[in-house]
Amino acid sequence: MISTDINIVLPEITLAVFSMAALMVAVYGGKDKLAGLMIWVTSGVMCALGLWIAFWEPGTTTAFNGSFVNDGYARFAKVVILFGSAMMLLLSQDYLEKNKLLKFEFPILIALATLGMMLMVSAGDLMALYMGLELQSLALYVVASFRRDSIRSTEAGLKYFVLGALSSGLLLYGASLVYGFSGTTNFAGISETIHDGKLGLGMLFGLVFLSVGMGFKVSAAPFHMWTPDVYEGSPTPVTGFFATAPKVAAAGLFGRVVHDAFGGAITDWQQIIAFLSFVSMFLGSIAAIGQTNIKRLMAYSSIAHMGFALLGLSSGTQEGVQALLIYMAIYVTMNIGVFAFILNMERDGQPITDIKSLGLYSRVEPIRAAALAALMFSLAGIPPLVGFFGKLYVLKAAVNAGLSWLAISAVIASVIGAFYYLRIIYFMYFGTEVERMTGKMPLLHKLALYGATLIMLLGSINLFGIEAIAADAAASLFK
Amino acid sequence: MIPVEYYLTVAALLFVIGIFGIFLNRKNVIVILMSIELMLLAVNINFVAFSTHLNDLAGQVFTLFILTVAAAEAAIGLAILVCFFRVRGTIAVEDINVMKG
Repeated sequence: MISTDINIVLPEITLAVFSMAALMVAVYGGKDKLAGLMIWVTSGVMCALGLWIAFWEPGTTTAFNGSFVNDGYARFAKVVILFGSAMMLLLSQDYLEKNKLLKFEFPILIALATLGMMLMVSAGDLMALYMGLELQSLALYVVASFRRDSIRSTEAGLKYFVLGALSSGLLLYGASLVYGFSGTTNFAGISETIHDGKLGLGMLFGLVFLSVGMGFKVSAAPFHMWTPDVYEGSPTPVTGFFATAPKVAAAGLFGRVVHDAFGGAITDWQQIIAFLSFVSMFLGSIAAIGQTNIKRLMAYSSIAHMGFALLGLSSGTQEGVQALLIYMAIYVTMNIGVFAFILNMERDGQPITDIKSLGLYSRVEPIRAAALAALMFSLAGIPPLVGFFGKLYVLKAAVNAGLSWLAISAVIASVIGAFYYLRIIYFMYFGTEVERMTGKMPLLHKLALYGATLIMLLGSINLFGIEAIAADAAASLFK
Repeated sequence: MIPVEYYLTVAALLFVIGIFGIFLNRKNVIVILMSIELMLLAVNINFVAFSTHLNDLAGQVFTLFILTVAAAEAAIGLAILVCFFRVRGTIAVEDINVMKG
């Protein structure tokens, strides 16, 4: 009994034991001298776990009385999370070293945050949901303020902490109402108490509070206010990390809760998510126009992208969940490439984030500029790049679910949003000459940047078969 | 036997006071930390009230988890606050304004 349970959560247990063992080794061993090695080992473990989960035998299994669900949906999200985290961790090493931030806590905190994310997407119970969410958040608060001697970084950490704790409180209040009015914390149990698609008032309040809490975590407008400041203030590798794996986990959790626990009351949460999606898409697209800091710009970009991902979820269909998964996988790949570039924006060893400093970058580094331009086109959703297909699936799901008005607004928002992506390309190709950026790009960063670009270019043939995998994953949520 | 609604009302009031404490307070970040604790404790009252009302233990187990996590959260919050105070020299809420958002 217990051994079958443990077999199901073995990847999570492995990561947990690994992080604790790594902490012990580092504390009693060479401390920060081990940090570089630790980053590689942690990434290696994450990649191994990702492969392990990717080749897990198909099917749905639950552990610990249904509080942990291991199904295709969770596995898809976990593979994206693990590879995204591992990649961002590897990319961060060079930057951390240059800025004297290479401490052994960093890979361990990232590993713990990743563990929290894995638990989030596998949660089958409000308690498991809360514990996973907090494990992720607590580790992320710390890495946001990782540069302890910088006002910006500590301020980012403080803002993230206050608003994150507020959102956890709202989410918990919702959880308590749902528990009180359904009599159970188990998702399967909650969905059994919903009859003929109607939620009682107490459950509805609970659902709204839960959605607000999760809206904070996916940085959906109008709960996005922490995002730009935290993205700007955190050290760049941390910003890159925020923009990849935690977003997948939060979106995965959102999908899990609304379908597993509230699958019987689609019309109720459909309105909430459609609203979040609509506001996020427009706010993300419009507010980004005035930004000159590329990290802030990426923050608004991620708000807009989460709006699109939620558009897929709001359709409430299996197709919608499939679109959400495809969208998140593509989004993570694009962001890894973009952040591999941003991590190398520096002059005389000083990191710079002003987008004007990209002026005529195409003359300095034509290949790198072309790669970033391709990624920006992809982020804007211009065919035939893969970013376009992400948006296509989401829009198709929304239209098929009868949300044409939302799909039309999404297209308008995406046109507005294209402006700021194109502006970066404009600066690189037609801008004014500025003092050049210096510094050599490490091989690994080049691999990430060009690899992501190649995926964006070549993926348009068949999306590397991700469509069928995501369809299977989505089907497991609709038993 | 006090009906469960009374507990829910108290919890809701405490929760709302906690939220207002975060948004209206302009003085001190410590007050924000206290407000966060207040919110979590209001949730705990909710859980325990529901738990006894439903005669189901899960709510009380959840409360224990929340208490534990709240302690960890407060520790991390204070640690970040100490770092912030070292570089900024103040913890007044209106001085957390290097980045405008």
